[in-house]
Amino acid sequence: MSEFANPPASGDGDSGFGPSVRRIVASLTDSDWRRLGGCMFAAVLVALMTGTSGNAQHLTAGVTGSLFRPRIVFFLLIGLALWAVMTAWTRYRDDIRDGLAPARKVQAEVTGNRWVQYGGFVAVLLLAILIPPQLSVFWQQVLVSQIGVFVLLTIGLNVVVGFAGLLDLGYIAFYAIGAYTAAYFTGYPDNKRGHISPLPVHPPFHVNPFFVFPLAVIACLIAGLLLGAPTLRLRGDYLAIVTLGFGEIVRIVINNSESVTNGPRGAFGIPHFSIDVWKLKYHWTLDLMPYWYLLVAIIAIVFVLFRQLENSRVGRAWTAIREDEVAAAATGIPTLKYKLMAFAIGASTSGLAGVIFASEVGFVAPDNFVLINSLLVLVYVIFGGMGSLPGAVAGASFLIWLPNKLRDLVAPQDRFIYFGALLVVMMIFRPQGVFPSRRRAREIGLAEAGSGGADAMAAPGGAL
Amino acid sequence: MCFTHSFWQLTISGLSDGFLYALIALGYTLVYGVLQLINFAHSEVFMSGGFGGLFAVQAVVDSNKTPHGVASVMYVLLGVLVGALVGGAVAFVLERVAYRPLRRRNAPKLAFLISAIGASLFLVNIAGKEFGRLAIPMPNLYTNGNVFSVFGAQVQTNFVVIAIAAALMLIFLDRLVAKTRLGQGIRAVAQDADTASLMGVNIDRVISQTFVIGGLLGGAAGFLFGMVFNVQYNMGFTPGVKAFTAAVLGGIGNIRGAVLGGLLLGVVENLGVSCVQSAWRDVIAFGILVLVLLFRPTGLLGERLGRSA
Repeated sequence: MSEFANPPASGDGDSGFGPSVRRIVASLTDSDWRRLGGCMFAAVLVALMTGTSGNAQHLTAGVTGSLFRPRIVFFLLIGLALWAVMTAWTRYRDDIRDGLAPARKVQAEVTGNRWVQYGGFVAVLLLAILIPPQLSVFWQQVLVSQIGVFVLLTIGLNVVVGFAGLLDLGYIAFYAIGAYTAAYFTGYPDNKRGHISPLPVHPPFHVNPFFVFPLAVIACLIAGLLLGAPTLRLRGDYLAIVTLGFGEIVRIVINNSESVTNGPRGAFGIPHFSIDVWKLKYHWTLDLMPYWYLLVAIIAIVFVLFRQLENSRVGRAWTAIREDEVAAAATGIPTLKYKLMAFAIGASTSGLAGVIFASEVGFVAPDNFVLINSLLVLVYVIFGGMGSLPGAVAGASFLIWLPNKLRDLVAPQDRFIYFGALLVVMMIFRPQGVFPSRRRAREIGLAEAGSGGADAMAAPGGAL
Repeated sequence: MCFTHSFWQLTISGLSDGFLYALIALGYTLVYGVLQLINFAHSEVFMSGGFGGLFAVQAVVDSNKTPHGVASVMYVLLGVLVGALVGGAVAFVLERVAYRPLRRRNAPKLAFLISAIGASLFLVNIAGKEFGRLAIPMPNLYTNGNVFSVFGAQVQTNFVVIAIAAALMLIFLDRLVAKTRLGQGIRAVAQDADTASLMGVNIDRVISQTFVIGGLLGGAAGFLFGMVFNVQYNMGFTPGVKAFTAAVLGGIGNIRGAVLGGLLLGVVENLGVSCVQSAWRDVIAFGILVLVLLFRPTGLLGERLGRSA
């Protein structure tokens, strides 16, 4: 490496710069050199990511434009600095950890304290109520139609994947079912008297939008049971692909059934929420804040409910199934029943999200329910920390905030480059997620130390 | 039945799709065999093979006149070779960057999945950034015409090229896994990685080589696909999902199962589409998958991790 090969010629003793560089180079291990290679590779990738874009006429323009002389040197130097920091970290990691041990203990005690947890919950809730009115309309829109809805979805999927350990790659289908249920029941039995239904089909009775919630929850519950009953006998990856298939089937059916769902044009004119019962009257309008408060209220309720569920008999049964399904069945847990329950609960949560989204935006189309959205919700769950409710909220919020923030900095279609890179880096350095649940963190820690698998999804005999 | 009047024609176009599915599915199935991991980024290996082949043939073929005879054969060979090499290289790097660090930490399986999704998003979008997001046609390497006919169905040059290339690669892989020392290593790791390492198998190397083999096949498939259709940054998604479906259909981890699943999926899709509109193609594919798994939960040929072929 030329950075080290040309030491200044001053060295004639132990104090000189040259010999100390030589000593450092001599002390580098194989893995340090390998890490250097990795950092250089990462630097080239970052140079490509941030460089010029190419096009179909000049296929090499993007690459050559990103990797020209002064630019690439700059990135390689950053890579070198990163490598130096990481290498130093591996040398002094244990010392630093030992030094921080007392602080960690205090931190664990504080964050483990029940009252601190309640306080944190209330503080986040207060922030969620007080901050958004100050934000610009763009960010309010992001909060309501993206962050709020997806936090709800993530909390729901967290039950399926995080609590019960069932890999569901078609989760967005239930969201679609919720949204289309809302579109269906907010229509009118006939189009007389100037009534316009969002869908070409007419429901038997008209429902005030706010009261579509229970109907959507029931519809999703039924859909979850229908999908789950035959498929939940399948093991890990088979379940994943079947749910993926189910999600795609739902989307394509919606897309192709023009006479029922309006096909790719989608359902439009879904009314805003309104409550009109006896003396209580309230109408949601184009104003975003009421929707936000409704979302916050629903998320808070669901959050508390799921927290209770997690620590109940049901939650413990899910944990047992997640950690070892055979052992769980052997101890008398009716595994299929509990798995179905997780599936149905997750599905109905996404039904809620679907109704809110449909009513707020007033328009749903099959494009809202593509496979990548299922994957994204899963990513939010894992990123936040599988099985951890605060993690689900934080993961979804951060990972939706990031691309929207980057919108100002990079071309919109390039945002997912950074998103993808972030996921890989995150999984390399912190596979347990940002805020792992304590039990999950322990499972993963034990697995890292070589005792047992990190989850029960590994195929029998395939403990690699 | 709706497909009876053009049964053979549909079967032939189905086999053409099916060969490509089979080549990609092998990448999924091999990796699943050794790692029990859905390599979600494999569809991007396929895509990079398409781009690699595109670059190679663009560099040597004059797009104004279509080559013929021996020249065509050489160009196709070149494209397949470069596509395969690029695919293999991308798969190698992918394993090093996105999977190996996680394996070292004994990370949970879902972490691998997220890493794979992340790598996939990264690769798709960086390809879109570097090479533009439009579909790029490959220069003609031969004149696509009718070669011969079977039961009244026309067999086109495209089909012949894909079938020959795919069949050769499939036979080669089958022999590789069944007969060679490397194949033995792959089977040993698939059966029981810990014991294999006790027997002196270098697990890291075998896994790396498995990714490269899957990448070679996937990259070659990417070139063949791009030759018939177009090359585009997101070309991997649909064939990738279908190929994974095919792998599961045949019994994941089972090499012959992947081939069977791929061919079957291609044929059934094409026959089924003749009954309904082509918009329902994916519903047919996934519907078959769900049905088969309900009655045979480990796929048609069953999981046979680590058996010889």
